[in-house]
Amino acid sequence: MKPAVFDYHSPADLEEALRLLDEFGYDAKIMSGGQSLIPMMNMRLARPQVIIDINNISELSYIQVTDSVIKIGGLTRHYQVEESKEIERVCPLLTEGMKLIGHSQIRSRGTIGGSIVHADPTAELPVMMTLLGAEFTLASPDGKRTVTTDEFFLTYLTTTIDMNEILVSIDIPIPSTRTGYAIDEFTLRKGDFAIVLAAASVTLSEDGTIASASLCLGGVDGVPVLLEEVTEGMIGQVPSTELIAESCEQIADLVEPEPDIHASSEYRKDLCITYAKRVLERAAERAALL
Amino acid sequence: MTQSNSKEITLTVNGKQYTTSVEPRMLLSDVLRDELGLTGTHVGCEHGICGACTITMDGRPVRSCLVFGVQANQAEIRTVEGLAEPDGSLHPLQEAFWEKHGLQCGFCTPGVLMSACHFLEQNPNPSREEIREGISGNLCRCTGYQNIVDAVEMAAEMLNKNKKSEEETSDLEIVHSGRKVEV
Repeated sequence: MKPAVFDYHSPADLEEALRLLDEFGYDAKIMSGGQSLIPMMNMRLARPQVIIDINNISELSYIQVTDSVIKIGGLTRHYQVEESKEIERVCPLLTEGMKLIGHSQIRSRGTIGGSIVHADPTAELPVMMTLLGAEFTLASPDGKRTVTTDEFFLTYLTTTIDMNEILVSIDIPIPSTRTGYAIDEFTLRKGDFAIVLAAASVTLSEDGTIASASLCLGGVDGVPVLLEEVTEGMIGQVPSTELIAESCEQIADLVEPEPDIHASSEYRKDLCITYAKRVLERAAERAALL
Repeated sequence: MTQSNSKEITLTVNGKQYTTSVEPRMLLSDVLRDELGLTGTHVGCEHGICGACTITMDGRPVRSCLVFGVQANQAEIRTVEGLAEPDGSLHPLQEAFWEKHGLQCGFCTPGVLMSACHFLEQNPNPSREEIREGISGNLCRCTGYQNIVDAVEMAAEMLNKNKKSEEETSDLEIVHSGRKVEV
């Protein structure tokens, strides 16, 4: 359970990190929090020849909240987002979701950019980013490009990020004020990988009807799944347990989760419906209180 | 790839500064145990599940098997050896684990203590549910957690009592790390 030998670089700025990444190419691996990469290296499932440790690049660690957007640097750690009062004020979903990630020891080191780039379909951040319509800025020696979650997540642990790119910034739009959020997940033990996770947002109009709603599931496919079919029928209606239950029944026909040692496909579908109902109801209740 | 690519690091562990040369692939848990001789930090699963190797790094709990030694350069580390006073008197958490039988084999205990120590600093008056959440990153295969939760609850009371006593300095007793000494 010891990693194989590697060469270690810890650049002090982004420019140097990108130069090293360009130089070593596929032999190199970027290390941010290391909470997924180091276990894989310890078990020798990953044997990178070169580690480019970006932990000293302080310019990549920040949280900026403006009127319309939350900007988070790729190296910002989970606990920093979890404990940010400003983020809790404008986007409580993130605060709720961060607490579901691993344990406090993991959140001390793990980074927002690292978790997104790792792209585990059962992880909380990819699901939250997809629900919230986040955009990611990727830097390479040639410049920067910005991609949507739809463009970014390709399949299990696979994204559109190029060999010479680093995720430097995450932009999350702040929605209208009367929006309630919720996230919840089914795990075998607290802090384990989720079997199924669900996140929802519900925005209410002045008259109490649903102006917009979104539902995103994790653990059912290689990427987070936005289920517009479920939520579009709810628009213009007054939220109720019956409406949400009825809308969620069709999830069984919309997802085809793969079975594994932990849960059959059928059981996962059941969990999807249960958790989708739960988060939509909670989001609607919270929106009504705003 | 070079054969020997060791790097020199300087880190502070329990208030004492150490400088040592480590290979980049050496985990912080192994640096503490094998290079610095601080074997109180236990190594269980080595992939971030069991929590036995939990220490605090710059004031935050981390799994020392998921940090490389080179990454701890200039860091402030606290391990289980840093809990008791230099004269050997126990930290309230250690006393409470003793009192409440919060361990059996003791393998997970250093990690549990370090997690609980940080947790109680953040939340001095936790509910039992919050304590369970606070130690959820540590696996114990002996106790079923009941006595661990009891011990953390007792430690919280002791720490709060100590804090109160320290404020009431007129009292004719000295409270030292949870142990009351009549004078």
